[in-house]
Amino acid sequence: MPTTLRPAPGVRTPPRAGTPWRTRLFQVEERTAPYAYIAPFFLLFAAFGLFPLVYTAWISLHSYKLGSDMEWLGLDNYTWLLSNPEFYNALWKTVTIGVLSTVPQLAIALGLAHLLNYRMRGRTFFRVSMIMPYATSVAAAALVFAQLFGRDAGAVNWLLGIVGVDAVDWRNGDWTAQVAISVIVIWRWTGYNALIYLAGMQSISQDLYEAAALDGASRWQQFRHVTLPGLRPTILFTIVVSTIGASQLFGEPLIFGGGKPDGGALGQYQTLGLFMYQQGWTYGSLGRAATVAWVTFLLIIVLVLVNTRLAKRRASK
Amino acid sequence: MTATLERPPVTPVPPPASRKRLRRNDTAGPLAYVLLGITALVFLVPFYYMIVAASRPMAEMNRTPPPLTPGPDLWSNVVKAIDSQDIGLALVNSTIVSGVITVSTVLLCTLAGFAFAKLRFRGRAALFGVALGTMMIPPSLGVVPLYALMANLGLAGELSSVILPSLVAAFGVFFMRQYLIQTLPDELLDAAKVDGATSLRTFWSIVLPVARPGMAVLAMLTFMTAWNDFFWPVITLNSSNPTVQVALNNLGSGYVPDTSVIMAGTLVGTLPVIVVFLLLGRQIVGGIIAGAVKG
Repeated sequence: MPTTLRPAPGVRTPPRAGTPWRTRLFQVEERTAPYAYIAPFFLLFAAFGLFPLVYTAWISLHSYKLGSDMEWLGLDNYTWLLSNPEFYNALWKTVTIGVLSTVPQLAIALGLAHLLNYRMRGRTFFRVSMIMPYATSVAAAALVFAQLFGRDAGAVNWLLGIVGVDAVDWRNGDWTAQVAISVIVIWRWTGYNALIYLAGMQSISQDLYEAAALDGASRWQQFRHVTLPGLRPTILFTIVVSTIGASQLFGEPLIFGGGKPDGGALGQYQTLGLFMYQQGWTYGSLGRAATVAWVTFLLIIVLVLVNTRLAKRRASK
Repeated sequence: MTATLERPPVTPVPPPASRKRLRRNDTAGPLAYVLLGITALVFLVPFYYMIVAASRPMAEMNRTPPPLTPGPDLWSNVVKAIDSQDIGLALVNSTIVSGVITVSTVLLCTLAGFAFAKLRFRGRAALFGVALGTMMIPPSLGVVPLYALMANLGLAGELSSVILPSLVAAFGVFFMRQYLIQTLPDELLDAAKVDGATSLRTFWSIVLPVARPGMAVLAMLTFMTAWNDFFWPVITLNSSNPTVQVALNNLGSGYVPDTSVIMAGTLVGTLPVIVVFLLLGRQIVGGIIAGAVKG
């Protein structure tokens, strides 16, 4: 459509026909290059992120086994799921393990970050050792802790025995198994969160502390009235990330249970992630697995909203 | 906020005195050392246990109290672990997977990060918002169709099914953008433009050299994440062609629950990351802090 683009006669425009082709090429390059640079990210995301995401919703409306055709079911998978006691069990275990692992984790991380922020000898050593568990894989961590929490020869029971507590059958107890799994999560992620908090603390202006110190605020008061409010966005961020992480818990309970997705004889630590895996890959019902995935996703959104609302209200009190 | 913070200072206090007091105030006391020492111990003991258990026969590990020092059987336990699951193949596979993912992620993220940080184009803010938003999507949500997709492409069980979805990461785009905004002066780019360099040329000869330290940190973080990835590899790969994590999962769920062999395998599978961490821990920690969401 060259006519619509042609400027009014008499207006001086950069000469078009006379422009050396190199310059014009240069201009085209300048305009299109940015899109070319970000294209790989968006194309790969579309193929392996967005498409599966949307398609999951479609699959959840079908009966679908790998290698066979999809068969339309409507909302049958959803009614199956919502009337299934095993789903509610998995949902409940996900919530309890999530709370057991997230709350202590973030609280400890906050305290650690405060300590790591001090001027001290061996600061790098402490920072690196806090974050070492983060470098460990789920598999390695869960295998080590499965041994440590062993009933007969586990180091945890041995330590408990020293202080006179009877051996605990960690894996087969309902709450004990959940506690053990939470410990794995806490061990792996506390240091990472501490570093995130540390980053947030370092971006708080020194002037605020100076002003507080001048007003005679103690260290504890400075922490409560300067550090905590300053960290609010960071805390919100970690709450959101931990909530998502907790609702996806999969590797820890899988390996803790010896690679079986049933989460113990009574499903005492079967999370939603394990439940989905069991439906899709143990029973081969991918349609049902997709349904679990979508319901989990909706729950995550609700949880994140509730959590951020709560955290905001607390912070503004 | 408390009233104490809002009250304006009545008299100007000489700054040197307050500085000195403040400096003393943010130096750690003995309590901080004790608390951090205990925590460091708790965080490091499982690694030590891994070494002790991997270097002793299982019978000794089942004794009460368990032995507290490493024994002589490390090598034989490692050999048993490698025999029972093909850990040698797993190590090669994990190296390939993590290597390809790291190279690709670092290059593509630097390219996109450069565009988002320094180039002007229509829809930049919106597109960056979308890129960030993708971080919020839980990976498990798309696993069912992703698995079907890979199966249809004939890639289920192949390493490429693990590599393809991880070739680029939103976190990396975000990280490189932050890094380039902070380290790449606009004057340098303007000068290149005046000299008639195309943006690709600029990227190659100006951005890449400046971005190298940031790229190194991103490379370490990406390698670690790829090496430790569990959920998707366990679903798509089988025991005949595993990555290290899949092999460890199989080792743990095997019929012969030999603690020492399991721990030996875990040690072998974890060692590469641990070594990287011991050598470069300071930079990795710095990278995590730099990449964290601030205020």
